[in-house]
Amino acid sequence: MNELFTLGVLIGIAHSGVRLATPYLFAALGEMFGQRSGVLNLGVDGIMLMGAFAGFYTVFNTGNLWLGVAAALGVGALMGLLMAVVSVTMQAEQGISGIGLYLFGMGMSSLLFKMLIGSVESVSGFRAVAIPVLSRIPVIGEVFFDQNILTYLAFLMVPLSWFVLNKTTFGLKIRAVGQNPEAADSLGVSVNRVRYATTILGSAMAGLAGASMSIGLLNVFQENMTNGLGFIAVALVYFGGWRPYGILGGALLFSTVSAFQLWIQVLGLPIASDIAVMLPYVLTIVALAVAVRQIQQPAALTKPYERGE
Amino acid sequence: MSMNAVRSNRQRRRLIGQLIDIALPLLAVAAALLTGAFLLLLLGVNPLDAYAAMFRGAFGNTSGITQTLTKMTPLLLVALGICIAFRGGMINIGGEGQIIVGALAAAAFSLALPEWPRWLLLPSTLTAGALAGAVWGGIAGVLKARLNVNEILSTVMLNAIALQLMNFLLRGPMLDPEQIAAGTNIPQSAALPQQVWITRLMPRTLLHSGIIYAIILAIIVYLLLWRTTIGYRIRAVGANPAAARYAGIPVRTYMTLSMTLSGLFAGLAGAVEVTGVHHRMIEGLSGGYGFSGIVAALFGKLHPLGAIPASFFFGGMLVGADKMQRSMQVPSALIVALQGLIVLFVVSSDIFVRRRSRRRVSLEQDDANTGDQPLIVPTAGHGGER
Repeated sequence: MNELFTLGVLIGIAHSGVRLATPYLFAALGEMFGQRSGVLNLGVDGIMLMGAFAGFYTVFNTGNLWLGVAAALGVGALMGLLMAVVSVTMQAEQGISGIGLYLFGMGMSSLLFKMLIGSVESVSGFRAVAIPVLSRIPVIGEVFFDQNILTYLAFLMVPLSWFVLNKTTFGLKIRAVGQNPEAADSLGVSVNRVRYATTILGSAMAGLAGASMSIGLLNVFQENMTNGLGFIAVALVYFGGWRPYGILGGALLFSTVSAFQLWIQVLGLPIASDIAVMLPYVLTIVALAVAVRQIQQPAALTKPYERGE
Repeated sequence: MSMNAVRSNRQRRRLIGQLIDIALPLLAVAAALLTGAFLLLLLGVNPLDAYAAMFRGAFGNTSGITQTLTKMTPLLLVALGICIAFRGGMINIGGEGQIIVGALAAAAFSLALPEWPRWLLLPSTLTAGALAGAVWGGIAGVLKARLNVNEILSTVMLNAIALQLMNFLLRGPMLDPEQIAAGTNIPQSAALPQQVWITRLMPRTLLHSGIIYAIILAIIVYLLLWRTTIGYRIRAVGANPAAARYAGIPVRTYMTLSMTLSGLFAGLAGAVEVTGVHHRMIEGLSGGYGFSGIVAALFGKLHPLGAIPASFFFGGMLVGADKMQRSMQVPSALIVALQGLIVLFVVSSDIFVRRRSRRRVSLEQDDANTGDQPLIVPTAGHGGER
């Protein structure tokens, strides 16, 4: 066990933890916007897979990383539009429509991968960019300031999301619509329009989360490569109490546990790797059971809105 | 208008309503197939050829039909569990994990007691699998009922945990000694003792008598849900937990119960796959039945008897997709995408049922028993949880 606790290994775990937090942050912050407005989108994992494929396929063919990011955002937004039509306009039960979206995204991304690429290929994705001066700080510099640009972006999204949610009119509308849609409606806020906006925004971010894996972290596309990460992202929104900084804490906790589990395998420690892989999932359940008991969820979450007659 | 005319008018309207209810899932499937056809066209595949290959593969000959019936068996069992859970207001996404632990438990149980006679070993093996699934589902039920943990999220996590548990067991403690001896280490268990194999119905096919028992169980679940107090209470909790609590029903107990029963059926499906089809525990045994079972249950309008034709249809789709992949080089992943679309269309079409039943209530407030209800009651499930 001792070799796990050398400084080098601990820095390695922390560095991977920050790196692996990228998809969690994009997906969970996006999902937060939807949930704060009252829409539970359980299809995040399927959207991530579509985004991962769109980003990968674009980079595979053009070599242009930012075009890949744009493709992932676009495909994510389209999936969000589909979710919004079903859950907002058609007022479908959100727990089930999300599963439909998940199956559609998973099946469709596998289908497209097999028909358009067919074999395991890799691309050269975003590389780590050391930030001058900051990356020279001992320990902290190594952990935080030698990452790829999507990781920096994901961490920047935390204060940005907080600002949008708490300091802008749009954020006020989101919170009003999620807390008391009738009151928001009576003040002239279009409940459904806000919900369309948040669902599409959140899904675009889920698409980006997928791309951050396929053209940032792993630089390959595989069928079902997210492995349920999108569901953990949904759980993180609950765990983080529907607040950006809570989500940041949760994302770092989970990514660090994942990194820890990877390093257990790398170092060949005598813990069965299959058991270690369970850790993040067990932790999710425990976290949902014990954490943030006092925080109330948005009052209108999962409740479709229909104007009274 | 005389009373009789009013009544017959009302009856006619209700009949039309019921016809629409039956037609809606079919329309949803047609819409999904159309959308799928459009996507296939974009990918340069002739959708008519692909669907024809699928249909022929599933229903075109005896071999296809026996394979369809073989795949129908676990689908139906899972779908029955889903009917109970969803009717009880619990969204059980954990079918995959419950199938896996059921299959693992059944395999381990029969391998541990190879000298037991068939009349004792087969029923107890199936029971072991069903109980393991019940425990796996029950965990999510207790977490929801006692700690208010969203059951959708907990069952997804339990799926991942069950999968890792299987990977661990099939590579370690349960790995087939023959695989170790041969040095191939293919992750699978030893072959189960022969007396625990479910009887095959036709020579040289995988079709086993489990299908008959599954259909009998569908009738039993129907009776349970609509002819017993327990079933009435499960549905009452699902339809309106606050009203059920007010009526004195122990809501938490029934939440846990419906999840436990749901897991029981999925666990049984796993045990039946092990003892009826594979005769050992293998990787990939759950085969997506946990999700396909949800789709079948929704297509069958969350009715245990409706689940019978629904799971036959989806069993056929799974078989046909394999055939299509081989003959047309269209990946069978298409079927997962189609299932997703079917779910989206089915839950979207539910709005029409809700609108109509609301209109009926306002029109016929004197008529206490308005009969059919929307498929999924929007108040059910996750109000006020974390």
